[in-house]
Amino acid sequence: MPARKSVRRQLRLLPVVPSVLLILLFLAAPVLWSFHASFTNAALSGRNARSPAWTGLENYTRLLSDAAFPASVVLTMVFVVASAIVGQNLLGLLIAGLMTRARKTVSAVVGTAVVAAWVLPEIVAAFAAYAYFSRDGTLNQLLGGAGLAGADWLYAFPMVAVVLANIWRGTAFSMLVYRAALADVPRDISEAALMDGAAGWQRLVFITLPLIRSSIATNLMLVTLQTLAVFTLIWVMTAGGPSNASTTLPVLAYQEAFKFGDIGYGTAIASVLIVLGLVFGIGYVRLLKGDRR
Amino acid sequence: MHRPAKIDPAKKSPAKVGAAKLVVALLSAAALLATAACSAQQPAAENRTLKIVYQKTDSFSALDTLFKDAKKDFEAANQGTTVELQPIEANDDDYGTKLALALRSAETAPDVFYEDTFKVRSDVDAGYLLKLDSYLEKWDDWKTFNEAAKAAGTGDDGGIYAVPLGTDTRAIWYNKKVLQKAGIAVPWQPRSWDDILDAARKMKAADPELVPFNMYAGKATGEGTVMQSFYELLYGTDAELYDQQEKKWVVGSQGFTDSLAFLKTLYDEKLAVAPAEALDANVWKKVFGEWLPQGKMGATVEGSYTPSFWQKGGSYEWAGYTEDMGVARFPTQRGQEPGGVSMSGGWTLAVGADSKNPDLAFKFLTEAMNKKNSLSFTVASSQIAVRTDVASEPDYLAANPFVKDVSELVSVTHYRPATADYPRISAAVQVATEAVITGTLSPQAAAEQYDKTVRDQVGEAKVLQK
Repeated sequence: MPARKSVRRQLRLLPVVPSVLLILLFLAAPVLWSFHASFTNAALSGRNARSPAWTGLENYTRLLSDAAFPASVVLTMVFVVASAIVGQNLLGLLIAGLMTRARKTVSAVVGTAVVAAWVLPEIVAAFAAYAYFSRDGTLNQLLGGAGLAGADWLYAFPMVAVVLANIWRGTAFSMLVYRAALADVPRDISEAALMDGAAGWQRLVFITLPLIRSSIATNLMLVTLQTLAVFTLIWVMTAGGPSNASTTLPVLAYQEAFKFGDIGYGTAIASVLIVLGLVFGIGYVRLLKGDRR
Repeated sequence: MHRPAKIDPAKKSPAKVGAAKLVVALLSAAALLATAACSAQQPAAENRTLKIVYQKTDSFSALDTLFKDAKKDFEAANQGTTVELQPIEANDDDYGTKLALALRSAETAPDVFYEDTFKVRSDVDAGYLLKLDSYLEKWDDWKTFNEAAKAAGTGDDGGIYAVPLGTDTRAIWYNKKVLQKAGIAVPWQPRSWDDILDAARKMKAADPELVPFNMYAGKATGEGTVMQSFYELLYGTDAELYDQQEKKWVVGSQGFTDSLAFLKTLYDEKLAVAPAEALDANVWKKVFGEWLPQGKMGATVEGSYTPSFWQKGGSYEWAGYTEDMGVARFPTQRGQEPGGVSMSGGWTLAVGADSKNPDLAFKFLTEAMNKKNSLSFTVASSQIAVRTDVASEPDYLAANPFVKDVSELVSVTHYRPATADYPRISAAVQVATEAVITGTLSPQAAAEQYDKTVRDQVGEAKVLQK
């Protein structure tokens, strides 16, 4: 290969250098640091604060014997599956599907209402959800107005409350993705199927869904990874309680690293979270690749 | 068998590998430049800056006032010096975390900062604090600090690393009107735990809507759960949390189980707030802001700083508190000696070990803690004075009607064992209280779980089985 051509090719990559640089600096570097710290006894204070020692897999073996850890993994999976994969994803698809049929004004109103929750900064949305579900909150007042007895939602059903809050907050994203995807489904295919006598559900399952399959995979990937990392919402609403009943992995990692000052252990939990994200990511990428076959 | 999935769908051609190398080379160069730029900072000799980090909240602005005053005076007296105030608006836990993060690096570490007494030892271990012995020798005011206060800033090596701003004690704060309505004579002084339960049951009988006697529990109230509730119970039994002589954590004591059982009784009989409310981190705001002033709560266990919330300029101003409220010492379990229990903490000022101007930093510390500033801070934040000259000032003694009562509790007070393991032990205690008041575990089972957690956390060598 002529040397000049290769140089030119290399120069062509120059414009991406700044973004790669930023990604490495702000994304890869902390991840690598976190992996490294998880093999040490780094701490916020005390003897190991400034000069942490290499402890090998000690943090990870401790994870395995810590009762809080498996419980937290289960809660994280429940949170991701219920609020992202089922909640946001299906509800987003449903709303997007209904909006294609609804009148313009209706779809505009619904769209605005859904997107409003998404536009709020996470901390604001979290406080709003707290105010809604708390003991003297909006939900209990509404129920009281209707003559029904409320409950201490954040205390009695903490996971239900945070799952619903996350669905409320995140559905807009899925809805927007699916609206765009559904708009791209050619009408003629659907109409042809209609002529062939395909029922509504058949058109959905055999025509629409296969056509928007790559959007589904992309959407699932994004909402899953976003939801895996949700911290503020849960921290503000329940702080992981009561008695760890809503302590997902990010909350557990924060508690260990910053409340107990055990940065090594906290980063080990964070590393598990990264691996979990990778597993999901790889799964969805396979789904996407299968699509191109 | 599945092949490992490739995340990057693009195949690598030799040209692209070359490009990748180029990118890496560029990156490393840029990274080098960036680090060089960072380390080039040097303090200018003539223009010195002191960075001060402290806590400020809606309900705690006394320290902010103190530092603003000290900054003005200090900058006027030391030309060319800039005092940079960096208040952190956060609760105690988050403040501690932010401060510790800043202290980790010499680049971000403050010169003078506000430090909780129970973190002093572990931060000394970490090498964050400057040893002050040689400075204190030359500071005349140091002689006016009482001995207990001096001990609060002492590290494991016996050196002094922090200068206390004030201290506090814990007591029972009760609403006289509520007690009188239930036929309890005031001033009220329970002699044992049973006296507390008797009075609380009487109040409940007189008004079922009432919260007769609140004690914090659960993780949400953090150190409040242990300092203003559990330790008052535990240290009033024959047990203790930590054996100072052996330097070991005590497990398996009857007192621990008894203390949990007392909390269970309070919560089960609805003498305290509902568990759901107890587990809300904001519960203390309702105690000070609503329940006690409105007569919906009989009594609670709280710190000597309580009047600071109600006095003029406090976050829950309530002029009537001087009349309506009373204070009693928390009794021991069966009235055994010394007849009362209290817990003390308090905050200090410390100088960062990495300060580039340690002499100047200490000078600022002495400015901030001179008699005038100490007096106004102690009064504004309802602290118990640690300087004997402040303690004898009429302004201090007249600050609120309870100064004398809460100051006397110093004779029966205890301090937390502030070792590096302490935050985990405290968290384990909080978990035990939460399990008991929510009914998840019996006091016996919760105590056993605590014992196991302690063994796991600190290791068998640091545990003393009772």
